Amino acid sequence: MSLLTILLQESTGMAAAGGAIGAGIAALGAGLGVGQIGKGALEAMARQPEIVGDLRANMILAAALVEGVALFAVIVGVLAIFA
Amino acid sequence: MRTYLCAEFKGFMVRKNILILTVLLSVLGIFNPNVSWADQHSEHEEEGGVNMKNQIFGHVNDSHSWHIFSTAEGHDAKHFSIPLPVMVYNIDAGKFDFFSSSKFEHGHASHAGYTEQQEGLKSGKLAREDGAKFFDFSITKNVLAMLIAIAFMLWLFLSIAKKYKSGQGATSAPKGIQNAVESVIQFVREQIAEPCLSKKNVKKFLPYLLTLFFFIWINNMFGLIPIFPGGASFTGNFAVTVALALIFFVIMLLSSKKGYWMHMLNPPGVPFGIKLLLVPIEIVSNLLIKPAALAIRLFANMFAGHTIILSIILLVSIFAGLAKVAGVVFLPVSIGFTIFMFCLELLVAAIQAFIFTNLAAVFLGEAVAEHDDHH
Repeated sequence: MSLLTILLQESTGMAAAGGAIGAGIAALGAGLGVGQIGKGALEAMARQPEIVGDLRANMILAAALVEGVALFAVIVGVLAIFA
Repeated sequence: MRTYLCAEFKGFMVRKNILILTVLLSVLGIFNPNVSWADQHSEHEEEGGVNMKNQIFGHVNDSHSWHIFSTAEGHDAKHFSIPLPVMVYNIDAGKFDFFSSSKFEHGHASHAGYTEQQEGLKSGKLAREDGAKFFDFSITKNVLAMLIAIAFMLWLFLSIAKKYKSGQGATSAPKGIQNAVESVIQFVREQIAEPCLSKKNVKKFLPYLLTLFFFIWINNMFGLIPIFPGGASFTGNFAVTVALALIFFVIMLLSSKKGYWMHMLNPPGVPFGIKLLLVPIEIVSNLLIKPAALAIRLFANMFAGHTIILSIILLVSIFAGLAKVAGVVFLPVSIGFTIFMFCLELLVAAIQAFIFTNLAAVFLGEAVAEHDDHH
């Protein structure tokens, strides 16, 4: 059979694979993003230990925003698998 | 001796307690009949995958009866659940229908032309056999969970308010639960509301921000409790977070000042070419993407957390389907990981409430900013 026919037959499996790969790439993005936030926060804490409390609150806020974006991609992946 | 416990010893004690808990639960889990029910259901090879999907969506999705537990005896298991009223309006035939969801008999029967779907993404939703359109406004599991959380919030805050009215906490030192709630309210006022809003607007919007913060936090926490009255992931439902974002959007629109719209549609000091590009981006971003991002962020965090916890627990039964020994061996790993995920979810519950309220305050602050506050 031709390649296109074979690809068409496996379309649900390929949608699931696409969704899973997308979620994996989103996890990569989240890891990189939150890692950079942590790096910046730790460097600032080392420079000025008096404001550790403020820095911690802002770090958690920024990390949650970045994780939000990564979870948008996870939801798209879930939709690709199940809908 | 106790007062001088150093940090390392405390950490060691915590790790020792978690180890004891994991071992205990694993030993108890060996006697769990559920570890072997995968064998009874294995009619064909992909049963593990299909069953996991149905189990996860059965727990995470909304449903018309609140399932408390089942005795695991295969196909004639006894289910203990609270049947909830079904209230639908058939648009095509123009008639209302009110009945108890026990008429569905856990998906085995249909009543008045309605069936409850059991499989996959749409599990728990009603469907009509003749395809007529209907409007479903039943009291479902999520609605009941919201009402329980609201009852808890009303009890907590009304009892505290009564104490404040009688003077305690206002003219004398606060006692008991007043301390905890007062510190959280102070946190919301000073860290969330005051950095973004002027003094007059803080007074105006603080009730809304406090309600939002406590509503999301308490509902998130109730979703983490495994048994009734917790266990329905209310904020893990997309309709709920969209409703929260919609309410915020309406409040923002109704209290937005002319300066906000002028800044959005005609930014001052911007060359005309860039203005052509900037104005559509600003409109779409402020009116569409920011509220939608609020909804999706909260929904995705809660949904993902619950799904991960359920998946880890169900992995045990998948392993047990291959070989009962594998399931038993995997049990401590699964339970340890589940405890870690639950602790993470406790943190995420509070953080997501904080993020939603913080962003709501920031966007409201932009919308109601007086013209003499900047430029």
